[in-house]
Amino acid sequence: MSNAELTAGPAPTSTWQMYRAMVGVGVCCGLLIVTVYQVTLPVIEENKAEALQAAIFEVLPGATTSATYRLEEPNGFQLSDAKAVGEQRVYAGYDADRNLVGLAVEAHGMGYQDVIRLIYGYSFDENAIVGIRVLESKETPGLGDKIETDPDFLENFRRLDVSLSEDQEALAHAIVPVKHGEKTNPWEVDGITGATISSKAVASILDRSAQYWVPRIEPKRADFERQE
Amino acid sequence: MPTSPRTTTDEFIKGLWRENPVFVQVLGMCPVLAVSNTAINALAMGLATAFVLIMSNIVVSSLRSFIPKEVRIATYILVIATFVTVVDYVIQAISLDLYKALGAFISLIVVNCLILGRAEAFASKNTVVRSTMDGLGMGIGFAFALFCLGAVREILGAGSIFGIQLFHDSFQDWVVMVLPSGGFFTLAGWLLLFNWLKQRKAKKEQMTALPLAEEPAQ
Repeated sequence: MSNAELTAGPAPTSTWQMYRAMVGVGVCCGLLIVTVYQVTLPVIEENKAEALQAAIFEVLPGATTSATYRLEEPNGFQLSDAKAVGEQRVYAGYDADRNLVGLAVEAHGMGYQDVIRLIYGYSFDENAIVGIRVLESKETPGLGDKIETDPDFLENFRRLDVSLSEDQEALAHAIVPVKHGEKTNPWEVDGITGATISSKAVASILDRSAQYWVPRIEPKRADFERQE
Repeated sequence: MPTSPRTTTDEFIKGLWRENPVFVQVLGMCPVLAVSNTAINALAMGLATAFVLIMSNIVVSSLRSFIPKEVRIATYILVIATFVTVVDYVIQAISLDLYKALGAFISLIVVNCLILGRAEAFASKNTVVRSTMDGLGMGIGFAFALFCLGAVREILGAGSIFGIQLFHDSFQDWVVMVLPSGGFFTLAGWLLLFNWLKQRKAKKEQMTALPLAEEPAQ
């Protein structure tokens, strides 16, 4: 490295120095991120579990208590730890008189920017999705994030038909997105102008999740009726 | 004006007012306009940015002889991105609601030109202490400016501050103020005020300087 000092003018930087700087800084940064991630993870998980509880009551209007159930195929649903969150779980909501209001189901899928995670409420009485709340999204502020706030869009999910077909294997009608103002059937999702991809993403996430869950939960309604 | 060497305190003070990143330098407009719809969002965003700015200034200035100039920008971005990720996790741990309100803008701190600008223009050429003071001043100046915008927009747009209702029910909210256009209106208002103050100060200085300048005419 001493020959660098001999040459006149600005000394050329050796490749080693560049490697040293970039790799060194990169390793330190990586360590810092991992440390912070590990420290904050339990707190973040707890926050998320709390937010999920709040969301359950929001998507199941009238529900005041909830219970977590785990799907154990082919037997049906088993009561599970309330704090646990995971793939094969659904949340049953009960009203003040301990009657079953419906089920809240978590679903996720790709949005415009990143994964959209949402929860929706399914009502046995109406065979419909009766509420939806986005739990996590990074959609474009001002455009894509209207999926959380646009009143016309959220109106879709006050009663979105997901009744089963005759063979009970799939939905009678797939949930399909349509252009804003062209909704004619109760299973169509009226899109948002300016947030086409995000609103279509929500429809397809719901469709995929409902196609899987509704045929599984509908025949097992008795599993969720509170036994006391 | 005599150009005396700047003291460390000057480095701190300049960011607050005379070289305020938002009102004077007009840097980092994206978060300024987007997340200043309520006072609390604005303050949180301002503090998050200030933290990243201070930390990146410290790291960049302490590594300034270690980082070759060919790879400096890449290294700075690496450092900035790391601290942004840290802030991202910490905000998630503090409050998920706040995290949702700030949304994508936390990650976008990485590309806030104010932070890379200070790293490149100041921290890479100055000592750690000076850079820290610079980061503190600029960061607080940025947070202050965001808070100014957020407070005005929340008071006018929602009739409240920090969620506390200020006015009687009869107050008609100016909904436009919490919408994106309100950000532009409020920013314009503050810029007007700052420029007016600056001009008035310049005029005063000119007035006092004038009698002296008249004598050696020709």
